[in-house]
Amino acid sequence: MTTLAPPPTTSAPVNGSPMPRRIGTPLRPRDFGLADVGILVASLFSSFLLVWVVFYQLTLLSGGFGFLVCWYGSFLTLYWTVTSQIIDRRVATDRVFSTLVITGASLVVGIVAFIVGWVTWKGATHVRANFFTKDMSHFSPADPHVLNKIGVAHAIVGTVEQVGIAAAIAIPVAVVTAVFLNEVGGRGTRLVRTVVTAMSGLPSIVAGVFIYSILVETSLSHYAGFLASLALFILILPSVTRTTEEVLRIVPGGLREASLALGASEFRTVWSVVLPTARSGMITASLLGIAIAVGETAPLFFTAFGNNNMNPNPLHGAQQALPLVLLDFVRTPQGALVNLAYATAFILLSLVLILFVLARVLGRPRTKKAVWRARLRSLTQRSKTSEIDLPKNVLMMSATSIQKESP
Amino acid sequence: MILFLIGLFLLIQGFPAFHVAGWSFFTSSGFQTVGKTKHFGVEASLYGTVVVAVIALAVGTPVALLTALFLSEYAPKGLRPYLIACVDLAAAIPSVIYGLWAIFELQPNVVGISGWLARHVAWIPIFKVTTPKVNASLFIAGLVVGIMIVPIVASISREVFSLTPPGEKEGALALGATKAAMIRRVVLPFGRGGMISAVMLGMGRALGETIAVVIILSETFQISPHILQSGGSTVAQLIAIHFGTGGPLGTHALLLAGLVLFAVTLAINLAASAIVSRSRSGAGVDL
Repeated sequence: MTTLAPPPTTSAPVNGSPMPRRIGTPLRPRDFGLADVGILVASLFSSFLLVWVVFYQLTLLSGGFGFLVCWYGSFLTLYWTVTSQIIDRRVATDRVFSTLVITGASLVVGIVAFIVGWVTWKGATHVRANFFTKDMSHFSPADPHVLNKIGVAHAIVGTVEQVGIAAAIAIPVAVVTAVFLNEVGGRGTRLVRTVVTAMSGLPSIVAGVFIYSILVETSLSHYAGFLASLALFILILPSVTRTTEEVLRIVPGGLREASLALGASEFRTVWSVVLPTARSGMITASLLGIAIAVGETAPLFFTAFGNNNMNPNPLHGAQQALPLVLLDFVRTPQGALVNLAYATAFILLSLVLILFVLARVLGRPRTKKAVWRARLRSLTQRSKTSEIDLPKNVLMMSATSIQKESP
Repeated sequence: MILFLIGLFLLIQGFPAFHVAGWSFFTSSGFQTVGKTKHFGVEASLYGTVVVAVIALAVGTPVALLTALFLSEYAPKGLRPYLIACVDLAAAIPSVIYGLWAIFELQPNVVGISGWLARHVAWIPIFKVTTPKVNASLFIAGLVVGIMIVPIVASISREVFSLTPPGEKEGALALGATKAAMIRRVVLPFGRGGMISAVMLGMGRALGETIAVVIILSETFQISPHILQSGGSTVAQLIAIHFGTGGPLGTHALLLAGLVLFAVTLAINLAASAIVSRSRSGAGVDL
């Protein structure tokens, strides 16, 4: 093995190879020459033919999915064999592993793109204006024009109210918890952190059942949108707390010390230095939590219950929600409702996507322009000399540089 | 505090059902709570829950770990933020949409494989099929849940992998290791604790997944090792489907089932988070 000379186009890490092994940047083009591309393409092509013959001609199988799996498997085998014959076994292992890793990642990206694209393609064509203005109270399956008389306005109103209330309770609590974990510290930190992590894995249906058992079963309340908010609150609290805590952790300790050294109290430091620095990250955390809450279905069975009519009052009476109405449509597939299901799925997914993109955009590192604007603002505020004006100036710049470095 | 309350209230509310059924709640299955013969239990549902979670992990974990490795070691710098956002987005897609997608798009494609396995490798017991159909099976439910847990496992493992000391990685490369060898010898051993806990958190999610399972799986109460055949049951599905159908006793029984699910996932998650908090680092970023 050690005497095998590598072909000039590759950078096999054979002993004595003068070329330094790549560090940092993966798959540098130099490492992957024309001959390597040839091996790759040839393996792909011949494994395709092989599997095609075996799969469709000899065993008469069917299904594109199975074909792809077999093709991939035989491609990896062939690729490994050929590379280890021509170059080196270690290189072969390396290449096959790279291929595996790249496929794994593209599989995930592909599935996400597929789901989003599929829902958009199926749903966008069925969305009509009346879906946003009407509810399901005039639904009659026999009516041929039923799609013009029904809609999911009641569900949209329900979702917005339930999620809004949940977020209004959850975000302050989450921020306080995160500040406690990261700034105040103390003996309970470890316990609280463990509990928060464990809560983040709480099955959503259990949260719903819990709210049901505590309020509905004991006849303290009847089904209402407000109960759904409580269940959603339990669900998004841990995720918002964890993300906020991570954002707070990257606030540089030097800023806190500077603020404390200038004589600010601990509360003042957190309120005027730490939280403003972490503001964009906290907005991201909150919006991501809201995006998750919008899509939760299971807890709503027991709390909002669902309702075919418009009920704008979250405090009284059963209320509908988008995921819940979508599940109803899927589970009772009456011809007309399938199209409505696709349209609802599209509305729901676009809501989640908008929140998600908004979270990303707002959470991006500030641009130079924004930094200058912030600096100007702090200059104009200089007249009301308070103890935190000076660090705020430094803070904007350091926050930018730190956010740039962290992924 | 909230966790404690949840446990307490579920215990109180589930107790009447336990009073009726006794320990047979765990050794019988079905949901017959009205009428003379009361017969209900979670045995088959617990079994189905575990099977779905195991399939989900078998499908999801390799893909998730490969994705995490790609994000932390392979991805080009410019592409990385977008890919991370994409994985996060996968976690934010509502489970009801996963379910919708699975029943209309995934299932028709996978049924072919199920059928083939059932016909040709039926000598392996788990692939044997005794029902005429192979759709709506535990296998397909597990597959969907597996896809759903990928983003969770991937994002936690990515964080752990990216904490690997760069000096050790570069040292391995400088000694002539290939990238694959470096990952196997340096990155994976370093991130083992985080990986284990990521998988456990994913498992907690898989155990509690409701909606996708409700949409895919057709409910039958039977304990059979044949994962490809139609029908099965999970605890979360049991709660979701039978809610409001079984009278007062039924409600209590479902709350008891909820308590069981809660206890199982809580145990797993506590163990996972204990491992995570032990391997936590990078707390002090300074100027």
